[in-house]
Amino acid sequence: MTSAAIQGVKRLFQKLKRPLLESLLAIIIGLIIGAILMAIFGYDPIAAYSALLIGSLGSFDGICESLANATPLMLTGLTFAIGMKSGYFNVGAEGQAYLGAIGAIMIGSTIHLPYGVHLAIATLFAMFMGALWSLPVSALKAWRGVHEVVSTIMLNWMALFFVRYLIEYHYYEPGRAERAMPVLPTARYQVLGASLTTVIFAALAFMLFAYFLLWRTTLGYELRLTGSNPEAARYIGINSTRVIFLNFFLGGLAAGLAGATQVLGRPPAWTIYKTLGNVINLGFDGIGAALIGRNHPIGIIFASILLGVLSYGARFMMYLGVDPDLTRAVNGVIIIALSLPELYRIIKTLIVGRREAE
Amino acid sequence: MKVPRRLGWFIIGIMALIGVLYALSMIGIEPSHLLETTFMAMTPLILAAVGECLNEKAGVVNIGLEGIFLITAVTGVYWAEIVGDGIGGLIIGGAIIGGIIGLLFGVISTYGKAAQVVAGMGLNVFGLGFVPFLMVALWAFPGIHMFDPKLVIRTIDIPVGGEIFRLSPITVFAIIVVIVVDIILYHTLLGLRIQAAGEKPEAIDVAGVNVNHIRILASTVCGALTGIGGAFMPLGWFGGLVKEITAGRGFIALAAVVFSGLDPILAAVSSFIFGFSEGLAFTVMITPGVKEVVPHYFIKMIPYIATIVALAIVGSKRFPKALAKPYIRE
Repeated sequence: MTSAAIQGVKRLFQKLKRPLLESLLAIIIGLIIGAILMAIFGYDPIAAYSALLIGSLGSFDGICESLANATPLMLTGLTFAIGMKSGYFNVGAEGQAYLGAIGAIMIGSTIHLPYGVHLAIATLFAMFMGALWSLPVSALKAWRGVHEVVSTIMLNWMALFFVRYLIEYHYYEPGRAERAMPVLPTARYQVLGASLTTVIFAALAFMLFAYFLLWRTTLGYELRLTGSNPEAARYIGINSTRVIFLNFFLGGLAAGLAGATQVLGRPPAWTIYKTLGNVINLGFDGIGAALIGRNHPIGIIFASILLGVLSYGARFMMYLGVDPDLTRAVNGVIIIALSLPELYRIIKTLIVGRREAE
Repeated sequence: MKVPRRLGWFIIGIMALIGVLYALSMIGIEPSHLLETTFMAMTPLILAAVGECLNEKAGVVNIGLEGIFLITAVTGVYWAEIVGDGIGGLIIGGAIIGGIIGLLFGVISTYGKAAQVVAGMGLNVFGLGFVPFLMVALWAFPGIHMFDPKLVIRTIDIPVGGEIFRLSPITVFAIIVVIVVDIILYHTLLGLRIQAAGEKPEAIDVAGVNVNHIRILASTVCGALTGIGGAFMPLGWFGGLVKEITAGRGFIALAAVVFSGLDPILAAVSSFIFGFSEGLAFTVMITPGVKEVVPHYFIKMIPYIATIVALAIVGSKRFPKALAKPYIRE
């Protein structure tokens, strides 16, 4: 019994060794290039990185904030990952998250309902709004063959203007025109510590739901088969239109929830600003989370915690004059590094010598 | 047969344009102002789109155009301030920096065998984070930078019936680039090799041409042209720099490439259409009688809606067979 368990763990480790090492390598490369960039412009990289780590992991509040930052990233990462699993490059999480955020405000701050019911309806409506914004992408892809990268990016920009319009004309907070109405106390998740709320459990539940759907149902199998072998999928009669709609719809639900986490589950504002400052770039950061987590829900959870630590800790680099957006550049380098299939072999060759690697 | 048919479409297009301009002037939109903005908006799109056509013909997809636009917009201004001249900034901070990025992208997509779409998106995310960092590092002020108006590239002023029509020399350069690229692609040995690198890389490999070198060359040229477009935005058009200056234009250029089916002339035409939609948005926003009725947010959506509609109309086109596939000799 125990030896079988050890065997199982060993086999799992063997299977995970390479992806884990590759992700780790990519992260290290990203951080090194970040350090080089800082050094070029005259900052002290070691001081900056230690400020980042102490700020984000050195206190209970810091850990809570890091987890709160990680929450939306796992969901937008999931959007991208579901797309990759089904063979589509879905970068629409950005705009769908804006829609999710405003959807949460539409229900959360205007309707009066008892606690719990209000929260659930606001969350579901936010997810629905995110998914709604994905429908044009699916329709254009399925019926006109429009490439999803272009259509999702165009819809992201339209979402930006549309949500700003909704805030300025319909949902502004009287007396404080720079932001939308905060959601009512009946539509707020319980605070766990600092700005971490129970919304993280909603996010984790959705991740598990996605895992179950993708790996344990026929629908999920159809998605993954279309992604890994479109010819075979067509041959056995999988409806490609259904796969397209399902994939983008699921992605939209996840992204909508990501937007909702910033409104229903993020003190102290409980709303979004007209600049959309607190939801902007969530979608693009999620791409990094998805790729580091190898497009697997469990991997994405860990990857987003890592990115959450980086993005929250980054604000402590500001005391040294470093712009916190540097972590997004690091994220970009990590994505590029992970696009290289030969990365593992190249590094291995460099470390153990050419002959042994081959 | 190709030339007369094209000429016919060209004449029809011009007539349609005059019709649209006349109709718009009826509701109070000034045609000359609209065309001026159109030519400005068209320039970065043309440069990036034509570069990307060349790139994709050779078999490399770079969806990181937006990232190159962002980075070179900043480096262009930075070098213009150092050299003390707008054109100088455009060349060093735009063409050279953009070319280096294109070169690196070419190397990782050929020798590195990268998944090009992922790498391109990585480039975009990198630009998104690197640009605010760079602006703080260079000018110690977040997100916005105003530079000496003397650095703005001077326009060519053409008098048209009492009014002055301002045309940027870079726009003229962009149109020349389109013609040169078209000639190189369809009438030279190099062009044939570029096309083969995308369609049937084995063929030129057998003929003793290095496929990877051709692809890296195309990628570098694409990066340089996109870089000129990126530096043009602050230096030739807006006269200022904000961190969101590109506003998705890299992807609109990508849409122009898809729209054209990799033909440089058609890519230029679609850039004109997308530039026109942007010019229309800018002009409508300041037109009395419209700006009070329609919220400006909806007018700002026009270029993005136009892009989607245009792509929905043309649908999917044929692309080179070896597109985005690293060449591995068997």
